[in-house]
Amino acid sequence: MDYVEIISIFAENKPGKLEKITEVLAKENINILGFSIISVKDFGVIKFLVDMPEKAYQKFKEKGFTVAKIPAIGIELEDRPGGLYEVVKLISSKGVNIESALVYVAETRKKAYFVFEVDELEKAWELLKNEKVKFLKSSNFVNE
Amino acid sequence: MERKYYNPQIELLPRKELKKLQLQKLQRVVRKVYQKVPHYKEKFKNAGVKPKDLKSLEDFKNFPFTTKEDLFVDYPFGLLAEPLEKAVRLHTSSGTTGKPKAIFFSEKDIWSQAKLIARSLFMSGARSQDILQNSMTYGLFTGALVMHYGAELLGMLVIPAGPGNTERQIELMRTFGTTCIHMTPSYALYVATVIQEKRLEPGKDIKLKRVYLGAEPYSEETRKKIEKMLKVDVFNCYGLSEMGGPGVGFECPAKKGLHIWEDAFYVEIINPETGEPVKEGEIGELVLTTLDRTAMPIIRYRTRDLTRFISEPCPCGRTHIRIDRPLGRADDMFIVRGVNIFPQQIENVIMGIKGVAQNYQIILEGYDEMIVKVEIDRDFFDGRIERLLKLKEEITEKLRQAIQVRPKVELVEPGELPVSEGKAKRVIDKRTL
Repeated sequence: MDYVEIISIFAENKPGKLEKITEVLAKENINILGFSIISVKDFGVIKFLVDMPEKAYQKFKEKGFTVAKIPAIGIELEDRPGGLYEVVKLISSKGVNIESALVYVAETRKKAYFVFEVDELEKAWELLKNEKVKFLKSSNFVNE
Repeated sequence: MERKYYNPQIELLPRKELKKLQLQKLQRVVRKVYQKVPHYKEKFKNAGVKPKDLKSLEDFKNFPFTTKEDLFVDYPFGLLAEPLEKAVRLHTSSGTTGKPKAIFFSEKDIWSQAKLIARSLFMSGARSQDILQNSMTYGLFTGALVMHYGAELLGMLVIPAGPGNTERQIELMRTFGTTCIHMTPSYALYVATVIQEKRLEPGKDIKLKRVYLGAEPYSEETRKKIEKMLKVDVFNCYGLSEMGGPGVGFECPAKKGLHIWEDAFYVEIINPETGEPVKEGEIGELVLTTLDRTAMPIIRYRTRDLTRFISEPCPCGRTHIRIDRPLGRADDMFIVRGVNIFPQQIENVIMGIKGVAQNYQIILEGYDEMIVKVEIDRDFFDGRIERLLKLKEEITEKLRQAIQVRPKVELVEPGELPVSEGKAKRVIDKRTL
């Protein structure tokens, strides 16, 4: 199964929170490849795709953050009009529900991936694995 | 055969005889304050009663109450019933109002209270080979010292640790094999969490068997949580400085309410509005009279604590009446949108929900807006927001059912809310009405 791990952090919605979180990554020389922020009034969840997921997870944990790893599937997007539409259409045609997503631009103007979370990873993988798309592998970007 | 009761004659005394004993003691104490304390004499006069009017326990309800305000009159020596030289100890209680109340103990008073503690500890299963770490505040507050004397009287080894410095608390437990600990519930939760984080094994690294919790109200869920975390028995311990400190009420191993030692206290529960006794089993304000105290007896003291009688005989065999765990002080109660709420009601709900840690805070602001901040449990977070939203909805809905007011629930990170090492400050009222 080709899947990647996303680092997800619980954060209260208050000034300086995102700064503190990104500072951890900066200090440890961990590169952010993609991120998303979801906020619901008093709190939010910040997610990162990074080049050193295990290290990032451990560091956040050490520093007392409320952090979790979530598996996600990544599919390569074509950089042209309709690129995202086609990938999303494929996913929905299989009845797979996207819970949350972020985009990883691997090479500017050349290569990008749509990285999404689903309710049941293995089931989604079974449905998608034979499609003629390029899946993102940890080994494509993990550097630890 | 192993001894089951510390003082079987008194603990198993049939209720009829217990009441006879109480009447004798009451008559004596009422006579004494009438003769020795001008403030009481005047109060009795105003109420139109004299000591000779106390012919049965029924008559006692005609005698005036003592309130906190009475303790401020002629402060600090006004309520002494004996010359000051007979007193050997002073304790004060600041309470929430800020004004101190001075309570004096004669030597006899110290040891009568210590005996009640020894009896209570024995009832919980503690024996002279046990080691008690006393993690309450030593000083003007009665909590630690009174327990200390009682535990020593029973022959336990007492470690006078005092509160705070959690690392040292745990070190003491490990080094000396502490089997019993006395602390506030909020601090107990904190210490238990640290013990878990250090991956110390209850029964092996930590030999605790019994935890005595007092000085602040807490819920049954909190008790269960601590019992599970530390693999111990938690006993509720009730007292107040005005009544001599801890040892007034204590749980037996049945853990269904607290026995009040009726040979030492006369217990009533009244309607706080009317002052009349409540119907059997109804919730009301606890009113206590000291039966043995010599230096500073107190008659019909309104504790402001709300509770109810449990009249069914206790499986432990003791005849002394039980009260429900105090639901909170009448003073802790706050009113939101016309509804009376106790912090314990909120705590009960929160502790019963999976996914939250132990700390919470209630903030009242604006126009009767109620915010409940709850720390999420680190292990509950799976990275997804849906789960958090569901949790928030669950807490909101369960709180609404419990208190009839829909609060605004805010989830915060673990460790974000202030940790209490003493009496927890749970309610912050910022309303400007």
